[in-house]
Amino acid sequence: MKENKFVIKQISVFSENKPGRLAAIARALQEEKINIMAFSIAEADGFGVVRALVDKPKKAHEKLGELGFNVAFTDVIAVQMKDEPGGLYETARILGEGHINIEYAYAYSGKEAAVLILRVDNVEAAIAAIQKGGGTLIESSLFQ
Amino acid sequence: MFWDEKTETLPKRDLEELQLKRLKKTVASVQNVEFYRRLLREAGVRPEDIRTLADIEKIPFTRKQDLRDGYPFGFFAVPIHEVVRIHTTSGTTGKPTVVGYTRNDLETWAHLIARNMTMVGLTDRDIFQNMVNYGMFTGGLGFHYGAEKVGMTVIPSATGNTKRQIEMIQDFGVTAIHCTPSYAMHLAEVAEETGAHLESLTTGLFGAEPWSDAMRAELEKKLGVTAFDSYGLSELFGPGVAFECPERDGLHIWHDCYLVEIIDPATGETLGDGERGELVVTPLVKEAMPLLRYRTGDITMRFEDDCLCGRAKKIARITGRSDDMLVIRGINVFPSQIEHVLLRIPEVGNHFMVYVDRVNHLDEMTIDVEINRDYFSGELQDLARIQKKVVKELRDTLELRTTVKLVEPGSLPRFEGKAKRVIDRRGEM
Repeated sequence: MKENKFVIKQISVFSENKPGRLAAIARALQEEKINIMAFSIAEADGFGVVRALVDKPKKAHEKLGELGFNVAFTDVIAVQMKDEPGGLYETARILGEGHINIEYAYAYSGKEAAVLILRVDNVEAAIAAIQKGGGTLIESSLFQ
Repeated sequence: MFWDEKTETLPKRDLEELQLKRLKKTVASVQNVEFYRRLLREAGVRPEDIRTLADIEKIPFTRKQDLRDGYPFGFFAVPIHEVVRIHTTSGTTGKPTVVGYTRNDLETWAHLIARNMTMVGLTDRDIFQNMVNYGMFTGGLGFHYGAEKVGMTVIPSATGNTKRQIEMIQDFGVTAIHCTPSYAMHLAEVAEETGAHLESLTTGLFGAEPWSDAMRAELEKKLGVTAFDSYGLSELFGPGVAFECPERDGLHIWHDCYLVEIIDPATGETLGDGERGELVVTPLVKEAMPLLRYRTGDITMRFEDDCLCGRAKKIARITGRSDDMLVIRGINVFPSQIEHVLLRIPEVGNHFMVYVDRVNHLDEMTIDVEINRDYFSGELQDLARIQKKVVKELRDTLELRTTVKLVEPGSLPRFEGKAKRVIDRRGEM
C-alpha cells in the first residue's frame, strides 16, 4: 500500500492538567535529543492529551513510557498549504469536498510552507480524497 | 405533646418488663433466620437463656457486613409474601443492604414518626413539605407515611429544583419541612438571594447527616424555624428511631421499640451511662427483619438522667462514626463501595483518593482514579468516555453524583498497612 508513506506517527501523551507536566515531557524529549516539529495540547475536565510530531517517535514513546507516562501512537496525515492568504481555505475546501471529517487538527508555519496536521477517522480514504482533490500530502519520511 | 403518652412515658419497671417480653419474642422470631440460628448455636445461647435484659450480653453482635452476606433476603424472618415493602441502604461493597417490612412494620414505623412529629408540636393543622429522596431511601416514604398518620397535609416534593421548592413553600403555606441540614442551608441561601420570604415556616426537621449547634442557630435565623434533629437508619426501619424533643438537648430513642446499648467499638465491652461509644441497638418490634445487637457504627452516649419531658433517658446527638462511613448529602458512602465499583472498570486502576468538600453548603465528592495504561488510545474523547463511565457506575451504585478526575498511572499514593484514601475537608457543619 503506497499510501502508507503518508501516514505519520503522532505521539499522544496523557497528562493531568497541572503545572509542570509539559515541562516534564519536553525535558524527556530533550534528553533524548528528540526534535519536536509540531505539537498541541487538548484539554478536557482536569486532564489533557499532549500531541506531538517528533523526528524519533519510537524513541520518544520508549523514553516517556519509561518515565511512567501513558503514551500512544496515533496515525495522522500532514497536508501542505500555501503560506499566504487563502492557503487554509484551499486545503479546507479539498477536505470538505472530499467529505473528510476532521477529528482534530493543528498547524504550523514552516520555512517552506505551512502544514496542516489532521486526525481523521478514515486515513486511507482521506489520503485518496486529498490526492484526488489536488492537495499535497507530506510523506512521513520528511518528519521521521 | 404526645402521640402515645402511655407508651412514651412508661414507668421504668413497666418499660423494662415490656422490653424483656419483646426481647424474648425477638429472640424467638430470629430462629427463622439461618444466620441467627447459627450465631446463637455457636454462642451456646438458647432462647430460654434470655431471662433478663442483661442476658442480651450473651448474644454476639450483628454487623453490617453480616447483612451483606445475607443479600438479598437472608435476614427476612417471614415468608417473602408477607413482606409488603423493600428499601435499600448503602452496603459496604457493591450490593446494597436490603431491608424489608411487613404490613405491621410499616404501621409501627409510621406511628414512631408520628410520635416524633407530635413531640415537636406538629399536628394535623400543619402543612408538611418532605424534601428528601423518595424511592429506595427510607427518608422519603418514612416521613411521608408518618406525617399522613398525624393527619398533616403532605407535599411529597422530594429533592432538587430549589426554586420550585421555595415556590411551593410560599404558595401552599408550608409550616414544616424535612430535609438534610445542608440542603436546608442551601434552600435558605437561595431564598435569600432571590428575596423570597418563607414566613409560613415554623418547624424544620433535619437529619441524615451530622450537624452542629452553630448550624442550628444559623438555620433557625435564616429560615425562621425551630430546628429538630432526626436520627434513624434503614436497618432499624429508617428515620424516626430517635428525635429531639422541645428541650433540644439529646435524642429520644424509643425505648419500647429499641433496646439500647453503648459499647467500646474496639473491645465490644458495654459502657455505662455518660460514657461515649458505639450505639448498639436491638429492635424489639420488627417483624420482617428482626436484628440482635446491631452495631450502628454511630458514636453517642446515653445520658445519666431522664429528660424533663417524661420520655426517659436520651442519647447524645451523633458525633461521629466508629468506621470509615461517609455521609455525603445525606447519603451513606463506604470507601469500600467505591473500590468495588472501580474493580469492575478495567479502563481505570484500583487505587483511588476521595476528597470531600463543601461548596455552597452542599457536599461535593471528588474521586481521583488512575487511567489504566493499557486502555489509553491516545484520543481525548476516549478518555472523556472513560471518565463518564466511571461517573455513571459510581452514580448507579452510590446513588450519588460525583466528580471523577482521571490521573496518570502510578501517580496516586500507595499505602502500606492502613490506607488513608479519604480526605474530608468539610470541617464541622
